[in-house]
Amino acid sequence: MLGIGLLQGLAVTARNFLGSFHDPKRFVTVQYPEERTRLPEAYRNFPFLVSESAEDPMGTLRCVACQICEKECPPQCIYIEKSRDKKPDAGGRPQIYPAVFDIDIAVCMSCQICVEVCPFDAIKMDQVFELAATDRFGGLVLDRHALAKPNSYFQQVHPAEAADVDERLAAARRAAEEKARAAAAAKLAPPRPAPAPKPPAAQSAEAQKPSPPAA
Amino acid sequence: MSAPLIAEPLLERAPLIARDWLTHALPEPLRWIANSLITIVVLLTVFGLLFAFLTLAERKVLGRVQNRPGPNRTGWAGLLQPFADGIKMLTKEDIVPRTADRVLHFLAPVAILGFSFLTFAVIPYGRHLVPVELDAGILYFFAAGSATELSIFMAGWSSHNKYALVAAMRALAQLISYELPLLLSAVPVVLAAGTLSASGIVEAQAGYKWGLVPHWHVLTPWGAASFAVFFISALSESNRSPFDLPEAESELIAGHLTEYSGFKYALFFMAEYFGMCALCGMAVTLFLGGWQAPLPALEFIPSYAWFSAKLLALLLVFIWVRATLPRLRMDQLTRFAWKFLVPLALVNLGASAFWSLTFAWTGPMQAVRWAVSLALAVGPFLLLGLRLGSGIGKRTYRCA
Amino acid sequence: MNAALAIIALVTVGSAAAAMLGRNLLRSILMLAVSWAGAAAFYLWAGAQFVAFAQVLVYLGAISMVALFAVLLTRQSRDEPAAAPAARRRGVLAVAAAAAVAAVLLWAVKKTPLPVAWRPVPSTTVRELGAQLMGRHGAALLVVGVLLTIALIGGVVLASDRAYEKPEDKP
Repeated sequence: MLGIGLLQGLAVTARNFLGSFHDPKRFVTVQYPEERTRLPEAYRNFPFLVSESAEDPMGTLRCVACQICEKECPPQCIYIEKSRDKKPDAGGRPQIYPAVFDIDIAVCMSCQICVEVCPFDAIKMDQVFELAATDRFGGLVLDRHALAKPNSYFQQVHPAEAADVDERLAAARRAAEEKARAAAAAKLAPPRPAPAPKPPAAQSAEAQKPSPPAA
Repeated sequence: MSAPLIAEPLLERAPLIARDWLTHALPEPLRWIANSLITIVVLLTVFGLLFAFLTLAERKVLGRVQNRPGPNRTGWAGLLQPFADGIKMLTKEDIVPRTADRVLHFLAPVAILGFSFLTFAVIPYGRHLVPVELDAGILYFFAAGSATELSIFMAGWSSHNKYALVAAMRALAQLISYELPLLLSAVPVVLAAGTLSASGIVEAQAGYKWGLVPHWHVLTPWGAASFAVFFISALSESNRSPFDLPEAESELIAGHLTEYSGFKYALFFMAEYFGMCALCGMAVTLFLGGWQAPLPALEFIPSYAWFSAKLLALLLVFIWVRATLPRLRMDQLTRFAWKFLVPLALVNLGASAFWSLTFAWTGPMQAVRWAVSLALAVGPFLLLGLRLGSGIGKRTYRCA
Repeated sequence: MNAALAIIALVTVGSAAAAMLGRNLLRSILMLAVSWAGAAAFYLWAGAQFVAFAQVLVYLGAISMVALFAVLLTRQSRDEPAAAPAARRRGVLAVAAAAAVAAVLLWAVKKTPLPVAWRPVPSTTVRELGAQLMGRHGAALLVVGVLLTIALIGGVVLASDRAYEKPEDKP
């Protein structure tokens, strides 16, 4: 019959309307900014720099100013200046660090290429979107102080990715430690006994001399 | 307005007492002018506030239907939102295109608001609350309503924008098409009540059958069909969904209102809502018994309260329909008016005539009267529905 | 001759003159609509409410639309009408024709014996009108109804063009 579809539609909307009063879970919106929706893990907005510890963010940046991300960035929004000196990094070794690391988030297009090419897992994508500024030019350029966030933060926003990165870094660190330990052990071991000048064995030792000694 | 009766309850006479207290000291011709001015000011205030809160109610109801709360930040539960919107409209820049006809461009919102507001004069809001008692009140209402169409054309033409002009033409076509069912569905009521005066029609619906069921026109077969046709035509005459083609954003930007900004746009908006309120008020008067109570036990509630309750209920149904139905295309719109509503209204006129002529039938003949009326009201609906609906099978999707 | 009638007469005649003298065609139509509204006001002043509202409903609501649509759908260019007649002879003939019409109307008004003394206003309620239409003038009403129906059907037939109906045009 003509009009049945209309009445069914009206019934659906009436059910929605009445249901919205006694069932607050029906709402698909949240009262922002008092409540926030849970963002998916893969959500990304602008990059941030990872530092190992929260207490000394500038000193423990993973970034070594290799400038690969600066060259790969399509809109060229990253500006890096290498430092003249070297400071000890998280591992204790002296390392170049970025004296200036600026990202212009008015230009950044969140393509994540900088993250993909970084060999040191030093730059990752952040999820913060409340970045409104009152200055159109300077206010939207984030320097390294604003960009540096600790690894604990990275683990909080991207748990799976951070777990992978931590595992890989830990494995690399373990392998490096193994190598260092083997080298140290080889250095501390007693030196190879030098061939003694014995007359009957001297000729045989001299005859054996041309062969290079095994290290 | 008629003189108040002493025997009525105080609440019922309260508006008249208040008005008389304000103007009793003035001499006679001045007193009549003062009374009229008070009426106008009260109507403007009440319907202005109703317009404001109706926009808010619409947004909140639409929100809740769409599983979200609607505006709830400005003031408690968003009650100050209409005033925020008003301030926003007032502070917007008033842009008039350089080649536009400035006089007409300025006059169009004034004219439409004036004519829309004129229609409020004949609606009986309460037992003693008719602003102007006219012998041909219903005719005056529809005449003033049809004069608003001229201002829509003025708006579209004066913008000097060919898209606005085409949209104004489409809006005019829609309004003219639906004026016919609107009038034709009001005629059976006039026939049954025997008078063109609005208060006369309300009084013709007085009394209760078996002491319980009121004599409202909507509770008769022809009245229900007429009410349905009137309601649909009212939806279209006030450019509401699903007939809001002239003002939808995806259709030629804003149709005939494309070149209007700021307060002039707000005036057009206000005129549309005034038209909506006036048409709902007329629907209440013609079909739902006006200011009368539905049960004799509830007559202690003042008449204007009943009118307001019925008016608000109809306005909520308007909003409910907007939340549900998709927009009709121009040809679907006009086809629906001319091929469905007009024949239905004409047959309904015959049904109403039959009902009026057979009022003396009693006993088992009452059942016959009801059966024939129902057949005359429902039959054409089913037949026309079958004829119009046939040929429209399940939608086949042809992919490129 | 009281003030209300004077104002109504001024508005009606003034807007009609503005309509005829105007250069912009659409403004002329709108001025004509104002003069029709003036006529409705005159009917109200004379006490004929029904006729006044019918005038507004029919003229302002419908006939003005017809005039507007006719002008808008048939105009070829947007240039203004000429300020002066094309030839002197045309101008002289136009004035002569207008004067002749005015003379005939004035003669008809002067010749009709209009009652000058005060008489009670006949009851022109809608009920009376309806009784007169259905009773004394019933035959004329039926003829007019048939004429209108024929015109409507003819209009619909002219407007619809069966040759162009294709199945994919149906919604």
